[in-house]
Amino acid sequence: MDDLNQNPKLGSADRPNSYIGRSVPRERAKKLLEGKGKYVDDILLPRMVHLSYVRSPLAHAKIKSINTENAKKIPGVLNIFTIDDIEKVCSPWQGVLGHLGEMRSPTQYPLAKDVVRWQGEPVAVVVANKRAVAEDASELVEIDYEDLDAQLDMETAMDKSTKVIHDDLGNNLFWTRTVNQGDVSEAFKKSHIVEKVTLDFARHTGVTLETRAIVADWDSSEERMTIYHNGQAPHMMQSIIAKHLNISEGLVRIISCDVGGSFGIKVHVYPDEMVTVAVSKLLKRPVKFVADRLESYSTDIHSRCHKISGKIGVDDKGKILAFEIDDLSGIGPFSVYPRTSAIETNQVLNLSAASYVVPNYKAKGTVVFQNKTPMCQYRAVGHPIAVAITEALVDKAANSLGIDRYEFRKRNLIPDNSYPTKTPSGVPLEDLSHQACIEKLKDMMNIPELEKYKKESLAIGKYKGFSIINMVEVTNPSPAFYGVGGAPISSQDGASIRLEGSGAVHISTSITEQGQGTEAVMQQIAADQLGVKVDTVRVTHGDTDATPYGGGTWASRGVGIGGEAVLKASRKLKENILNIAAVIMQSEVNNLDVQDDHVIRKDGGEGISLKDLAQIVYYRGHELPPGTNAELIATASFSIEGVPFVFTNSAMGCLVDVDVDTGLTKIEKFWAVEDCGTQINPKLVEEQIRGGVVQGIGGALYEECIYDDMGNLTNGNMADYLVPMAYEMPDIIVDHVTTNSGRSILGAKGAGEAGTGGAPGAIMNAINDALIPLNTEVTSQPITPEKILKALGKI
Amino acid sequence: MSYSNKVTISMVINNENYDDLTVETRQHLGDFLRDLGFKGTHLGCEQGACGACNVLVDGESVRSCLMLAVQANGKNITTVEGLNSSEMEIVKDCFVKNNAMQCGFCSSGMLMTTYEIIKSKRKYSREEIREMISGNYCRCTGYQAIVDAVEDSLNKINVGM
Repeated sequence: MDDLNQNPKLGSADRPNSYIGRSVPRERAKKLLEGKGKYVDDILLPRMVHLSYVRSPLAHAKIKSINTENAKKIPGVLNIFTIDDIEKVCSPWQGVLGHLGEMRSPTQYPLAKDVVRWQGEPVAVVVANKRAVAEDASELVEIDYEDLDAQLDMETAMDKSTKVIHDDLGNNLFWTRTVNQGDVSEAFKKSHIVEKVTLDFARHTGVTLETRAIVADWDSSEERMTIYHNGQAPHMMQSIIAKHLNISEGLVRIISCDVGGSFGIKVHVYPDEMVTVAVSKLLKRPVKFVADRLESYSTDIHSRCHKISGKIGVDDKGKILAFEIDDLSGIGPFSVYPRTSAIETNQVLNLSAASYVVPNYKAKGTVVFQNKTPMCQYRAVGHPIAVAITEALVDKAANSLGIDRYEFRKRNLIPDNSYPTKTPSGVPLEDLSHQACIEKLKDMMNIPELEKYKKESLAIGKYKGFSIINMVEVTNPSPAFYGVGGAPISSQDGASIRLEGSGAVHISTSITEQGQGTEAVMQQIAADQLGVKVDTVRVTHGDTDATPYGGGTWASRGVGIGGEAVLKASRKLKENILNIAAVIMQSEVNNLDVQDDHVIRKDGGEGISLKDLAQIVYYRGHELPPGTNAELIATASFSIEGVPFVFTNSAMGCLVDVDVDTGLTKIEKFWAVEDCGTQINPKLVEEQIRGGVVQGIGGALYEECIYDDMGNLTNGNMADYLVPMAYEMPDIIVDHVTTNSGRSILGAKGAGEAGTGGAPGAIMNAINDALIPLNTEVTSQPITPEKILKALGKI
Repeated sequence: MSYSNKVTISMVINNENYDDLTVETRQHLGDFLRDLGFKGTHLGCEQGACGACNVLVDGESVRSCLMLAVQANGKNITTVEGLNSSEMEIVKDCFVKNNAMQCGFCSSGMLMTTYEIIKSKRKYSREEIREMISGNYCRCTGYQAIVDAVEDSLNKINVGM
């Protein structure tokens, strides 16, 4: 059976309570479905006040004066703050880290100080008894600006004539990196063919259905700050808020309840959220800020915004000799704190050509400032760019040599028996399965049938194309990702598990839940390893007071790192239970096991329920011999050691119809084969892949934050910013290859981002395959009907 | 300075009478319901694009962000908290079985749309289901699981048989 675990380290899949590898329905799903989830905006506290931000209408301007007099007259307005007030309680920050070479980003204040640098930057904040009143008053705050030239285009950012956004830096460069492995220029000379392409990727953003939200509650009696925050990394926020609000870290409590989607958007430090905390400290009462949809579009981090040129050199036998990329990215006016805005480009450099054997590799990345919304890490950071440039060049090379695209990939993909190895950029790889995945994908897609369908369609004037692509996904990062550079971001996660007097099992985990199914997966691991029914296990997460310390959920790390901690803690607890049971039952430990919430004797005979065992320990400890180690709680931690990341790999393909009259692309089919190692809950894995693919389709075909030449965001609403809706989306067929990670007992890698990373390249290649008979191609995402019609010379 | 007049309205919400409620004329129905404690109604965009705030007004699904509370005076409102007919319980079971929600923020709106699909008492192809739920934005699932859940619901409830 496909949905059973295939990891011998986890024990037989046939035993009772074997939950790893089974699609157990999520316990919390029904509550969420019925609207019983508890999101930040649902929180009501006594004396709570509401915020509305006055945001810059301009992309770049000097603040000459701020007049709040009229606004303050609105009944219900308590106060209006500017940076002069806020900086007394909240210190500024700088989005730089120390491990990736020099990053140049200036100090960023929680509210704009003297100069505004993007449209939407918060300048003042109105505090009122109701949000609507605060908004009324916001409109009456008079700010006098002096326009400055806006630096918008990343391609001219470094020109001498271009306005420098931060005078102290001398130019608009944030960060640059080069990679040079082997000798590409010599290899290109030796190449039989050299193919080139330049691709553009628009800015887009996460569009979580629940917008960013925070309630900060300063309790003067204990000098404690409690924060309800729909974020992904509570302990990171705890550390940062403590530092910048000058509160002892132990007195800051972050609670993340249900979160309405995150996708990386909610893992960053936002000025308006820091100001909310500052206002609570100033007013000594609970303060709520919930972004509206326009605020989401203009202040949630944006992502992508790359222009990348690539070059591939191949010998006459179809073996890749050299690969070179040059990537330019624009990140807005500040590098985002604390993860920085260098990571997407860094990943593009690390991950381009990463699925292939490429002896000579050169890459250059340049990241520049712009007067647009800050850009930072969103789902599948850098992957869509790296995969699209790689796979576009691979298709070009195969087509140029007249080699079947599948066959060309088979010749060049890293062989499955060659691990450990490294990416062409030099990053360690292990436990991958490109060859097995692409073989499985080829069979699923039935390529001869697709070729026939293409040919028959062409004969009646229909343009169909298909693609087949490969990728790696960065998951389960080690300290090498952020911690080594100085960010307060834990790469370790912890789990604590206890047996309670009722016989119930309780886990607390530092991994958080934003809808992926964290709770369910942790329940399954604990129940499986302990030998209890899955509904015996309850989970606490998202509360810095109640969970072990850890990193949270991002970079597809929840199961691989936090799940391993739950596994280790569960095994410790089971060992304790069996030792206590051996005393009670007067049996050898080796003769005992836990099944279905009971300690059983392997040779038959009467067992004891965990409830009875727990009640002896807790209520009638005098029945145990003196000195019995009767601990029914166990804690464990886990982090990745020895490699910077645990990579996964996938192969994806899609079939598209390109309407050459309207320019519309229809995705007829989409296939994905992925290898995330041990799957705890295959249904949830597949839903991560599908949801991820659809976000990738969004980036490939629809999504773009469109700015005019003044730096105005012109489509900051859900009607004009197109997102994937159900009607345009295909059914997505998902299958798996399983190569367990050798870095843990569980063997699980991540699965959250592959779809988003792979789909844009798969779609672009399929569209270009369809366009081959018309002798044209598209190279700019989103691939809108307009761009297709332009490529066809029709407009 | 007065920005908004107040009026008194009454309505039935989830079969319970709510009389003599004071409301600002400018307040939309979604905010009004949330203020009354019906937190299952979620606001995603407040411009009628995302469908998260759908509620039933006299049995028809309506964007509660596009209707003023005063327009609902005298009407019969059903929020997700009141969506518990035996047919809707089957629908919910199908959503859970198919994991047709991840974060759950879109779900109450999706259920309202599904209610209308079920109510129409006819069969739907997968493509028609996709079209019907195209007014509801979901960022997490990629929609396939939701289509599966609606399809399962239609089969279980034997619509049109």
